[in-house]
Amino acid sequence: MKDRLHGNGIGGRVIKRILAGVAAVGALGGLGFLYYAWYPSIAPVPRPAASSFSAAQIERGRIVAAEGYCAECHTRTDMGGGPELAGDYKMDTPFGAIYSSNITPDEKTGIGNWSEAAFHRAMHLGVSREGEHLIPAFPFDHFTKMTDQDISDLYAYIMTRPAVSMAQRPNELPFPLSLRILQAGWKLLYFWPGVYKPDPRHDALWNRGAYLAEGNAHCGACHTPRDFMGAEKRSSDYEGAVVDNWIAPPLNEHNPTPTTWTEDELFQYLRFGVAPLHGPAGGPMSPVPHRFLSTVPEEDVHAIAHYFADLDHASERQGHDKAALALAMEQSKAGLIGPNTDPDAKLYQGACAACHYNAAPTPVLGRPDLALNNALWLDEPTNLYQVILHGLTAEEGQSGIAMPSFYNALSDQDMARIAAYLRRTRTTLPPWTDLEKKAAAVRKTVQHVPVNSSH
Amino acid sequence: MTKFKLNGRDVVVDVPEDTPLLWALRDDLDQTGTKFGCGVGQCGACTVLVGGRATRSCITPLSSIEGAEVTTIEGLDPQGRHPVQEAWKEIQVPQCGYCQSGQIMQAVSLLKDYPDPTDEQIDGVMGGSLCRCMTYVRIRKAIKKAAAALREETSHG
Repeated sequence: MKDRLHGNGIGGRVIKRILAGVAAVGALGGLGFLYYAWYPSIAPVPRPAASSFSAAQIERGRIVAAEGYCAECHTRTDMGGGPELAGDYKMDTPFGAIYSSNITPDEKTGIGNWSEAAFHRAMHLGVSREGEHLIPAFPFDHFTKMTDQDISDLYAYIMTRPAVSMAQRPNELPFPLSLRILQAGWKLLYFWPGVYKPDPRHDALWNRGAYLAEGNAHCGACHTPRDFMGAEKRSSDYEGAVVDNWIAPPLNEHNPTPTTWTEDELFQYLRFGVAPLHGPAGGPMSPVPHRFLSTVPEEDVHAIAHYFADLDHASERQGHDKAALALAMEQSKAGLIGPNTDPDAKLYQGACAACHYNAAPTPVLGRPDLALNNALWLDEPTNLYQVILHGLTAEEGQSGIAMPSFYNALSDQDMARIAAYLRRTRTTLPPWTDLEKKAAAVRKTVQHVPVNSSH
Repeated sequence: MTKFKLNGRDVVVDVPEDTPLLWALRDDLDQTGTKFGCGVGQCGACTVLVGGRATRSCITPLSSIEGAEVTTIEGLDPQGRHPVQEAWKEIQVPQCGYCQSGQIMQAVSLLKDYPDPTDEQIDGVMGGSLCRCMTYVRIRKAIKKAAAALREETSHG
């Protein structure tokens, strides 16, 4: 008994010590975390005069802004749109809607009183001038790779834009995600700050492409899947992901199109919005060429194309392209020549074939061949449905030509029939499942019906 | 408010931007040569050219053609003597005529892509343009005649 008591006494003391130790480590850890998480406010400055920047620097900054698509997420698109860079762009995330900030140089509602040091810190570390952690929807995990020179040029461009007084709507993140301090925890787990380091195994063009793609152009923000915490899965770089109800296709060797995304195909796509052997850029990708990459130095677009052609192993794969193209041209005419009694082929012929039929040896530019298009080869029919429902404006995809919106013309059942038919006759992949249900689901995501019903 | 080029001139239409192009053409711009067929992009009667490519105007919203170049049957040739129209007259293709402006616009687009079209290519492209009078045999014949005329025109510069 005594021994047991004695023993318990020792045990109690040990447990107490352990608990005290844990508490101390916890407190130290907590203090450490606070130290890690805490950033000072950087004093506001009067808005810098436009004359303090050279025209050359502002022009370089314009290119940096275009290559990072700033205006895409910092300009309101709902509620009839908003002034460029004035923020309030609604971004639906799995955690709730968030609204981008005003990055015009307005001193009250924008970033006009941010010093260059504050701007630099936001880009490199994801911390606002006031010292608040920014939500990683702002892809500072990419922007951290940008050089000081690029950030300085970008600052010059942003500070010389028209100042717009406009406040964004409050974010709809639920508690506790609304606590900015928690963003520091996210950073602790997922964020590795640091400027891009050139890979000596590759040449300057490749490194330029990698610098842009991994940094400013933040391609992975859409094309790399995210985990439950919203961080890009590092083990699945460029494996493709769902963004804004579209599929951002894989950019690595798992991209399923029958012909390879070669450097030239990628360049045509990124520069002009259409790749001859793949098709046009639609949906959220369309502004990337048309609004941005068509306005930057051609060499930069070549560099990005060069980088991704290496990433998708184009040189090893393109040996198959000739045979794949020949097969696609055979498939393109299936069901369209001579008498045909297949009702699905008839539906396709009536609605689609006049524009999508192609004859050997190669598709006509302006006749996107569906047998070659990502939309038929992805695991889900999402993008096919999106394009059928929305069509493409003259601004999107190939410039100056348009695809109608079949929103009122084809029912979910019609779309399902066309999808099944095309998958069966224009690819070599297994059929898609639940097509009608998925058609209805994609239809539900269409916020503005593009065309008034003609009945 | 949508601005675009119609048959070479700048036009502005002040109707909701989800209005089908066909309605704007016929009701606001008095170009009634383009016809309403099925209204669901399944028959080809409403075909016009957008950026030189055949496009079903009944389901193409105005918002999609902002800044684009639209050509209707009226704008194909000032005298209505485009080689395709000439061939159509010579072969006497139309019967009731309702679908024919759409057929002609689709044929013009076909001949840009395939200047010497085979029967397969004609089937592939024209298969979505329906004719209740069944003038298909003459359509095919007229396309080949127009193709020859156009090639002649090109070779004489």
